[in-house]
Amino acid sequence: MDFVSILSIFVLSCFVGYYVVWSVTPALHTPLMSVTNAISSVIVVGALIAAAAAGSPAAKWLGLAGVALAGVNIFGGFAVTARMLSMYKKKER
Amino acid sequence: MAAEQMPAWVLIAYLIAGICFILALRGLSHPETSRAGNRIGMVGMAIAVVATLAVHDLASLPEIGAAIAIGGTVGLTIARRIQMTAMPQLVAAFHSLVGMAAVLVGAAAYLNPEAYGIVVPGFDVERLIKPATRVEMGLGVAIGAVTFSGSVIAFLKLNGNMSGKPILLPARHVINLATIAAILGLIGYFTIDQGAWVFVTIAALSFAIGFLLIIPIGGADMPVVISMLNSYSGWAAAAMGFTLQNTAMIITGALVGSAGAILSYIMCRAMNRSFISVIAGGFGGDAVAGAAEAIDRPWKRGSAEDAAFLLGQAEQVIIVPGYGMAVAQAQHALREMADILKAKGVRVKYAIHPVAGRMPGHMNVLLAEANVPYDEVFELEDVNSEFAQTDVAFVIGANDVTNPAAKTDKGSPIYGMPVLDVEKARTVLFVKRSMGGVGYAGVDNELFYRDNTMMLLADAKKMVEEIVKSLD
Repeated sequence: MDFVSILSIFVLSCFVGYYVVWSVTPALHTPLMSVTNAISSVIVVGALIAAAAAGSPAAKWLGLAGVALAGVNIFGGFAVTARMLSMYKKKER
Repeated sequence: MAAEQMPAWVLIAYLIAGICFILALRGLSHPETSRAGNRIGMVGMAIAVVATLAVHDLASLPEIGAAIAIGGTVGLTIARRIQMTAMPQLVAAFHSLVGMAAVLVGAAAYLNPEAYGIVVPGFDVERLIKPATRVEMGLGVAIGAVTFSGSVIAFLKLNGNMSGKPILLPARHVINLATIAAILGLIGYFTIDQGAWVFVTIAALSFAIGFLLIIPIGGADMPVVISMLNSYSGWAAAAMGFTLQNTAMIITGALVGSAGAILSYIMCRAMNRSFISVIAGGFGGDAVAGAAEAIDRPWKRGSAEDAAFLLGQAEQVIIVPGYGMAVAQAQHALREMADILKAKGVRVKYAIHPVAGRMPGHMNVLLAEANVPYDEVFELEDVNSEFAQTDVAFVIGANDVTNPAAKTDKGSPIYGMPVLDVEKARTVLFVKRSMGGVGYAGVDNELFYRDNTMMLLADAKKMVEEIVKSLD
């Protein structure tokens, strides 16, 4: 992919992010932070490529370390978000 | 494998993952849809991971499985055990992991560029990385390192391992700007010299600047810092996405980066401070200026019985929680008090200032934990006009966000900050540990000396429990 296509994807995603995040209710700003934390660990994809590749043992181990760190974040981030969201209840009438 | 070598279905899988993440954030527009949103986020992550593994060599699958299992177990254990009051520290810790992962991925790509298809064609033996990719790699590693060390400091401050007071080095602005200039210069130099020392120095200086940037920032500015680091973790992921030409990372990084940037903006606006002045630091901590004057002026002290009487007689009560409620873990006792009042026919509402607490939405989570229904909890702009028709404003652990000086005193450091108009209520009950301390801005609060204010001096949790006893 050339740089311009990648840049286009990036810029358009920024706009999507901008409008979507403004629609988030302020009451859920803490879960917003924990869930964005979890999804930014999609960087695990980069770590997986290094961990799976042959050629450099050092790169492989760095990749595995990256997978473990991102793993903490993915599982921890989604789980803690789910835990917080399960507490938000409506008034019983 | 470079993007152009990947099968089309993998690129489509990354696109679907990106859409799942957008829907996950969209779900947070309302508590009802938020849980489904979170699940869609998990699905997106699973799609991205499985698609990546499917097109790569599976020889190391056992090791990868072990790494995921270790990380996952640690993550799930923390998520299950963490106290809700410790959420700001936890989020800071999680940010640091994203930053570190970005640095590790950058280092792995530097050591094994063939695996990512970022080698200049024809220079496979020399393993020359494309110059444009080196810039992206340098930026990604730099932002990742800043996110890591900055978040570690934020964690230590929020967790109380390090004083919340700003730590001011002499000539810190000069040091910081020089370091940032050096990092940018090295990233430029990286395009002509692919030496390992350049890579390592960029990373080392970036770790240092993350540390230097956060230590001068006081505890009360943490809502901005933590949002800013959230944003950085996104930009780090996006920069690594550019390096590796990976659309899943670019889309997600852009989403997270904008989310953090918007939260930083909302927090700055709620404090009437510019982003630059927060970053420059030096504000916050536990200043003591103005405390001497506080003793000289007359103020009224009330007991738990007085408070219980006033609350019991009221038609409408608005509770204004702040960081002090989190510190005292008073949210459960507070909900119990509200339940008794509601049973007596009192209308009870909660008013949340955007910067109450140590991170965006901190108070809402604590109240939700204490089973306060979210439709009783209101944001500043939705509830502020109601104080005039309210009998009792019950301020617990908040201070500066109620200071009328922000509206009237042009000389005040918090002048212009939007505040809750609690003084318009018929009576203000102000729960505070002692008269000596002042809020984070280091200014005295006019509210304490007003005729309609009654000070309830005690630990927030104890005071509320005593009020509950008196109400029975």
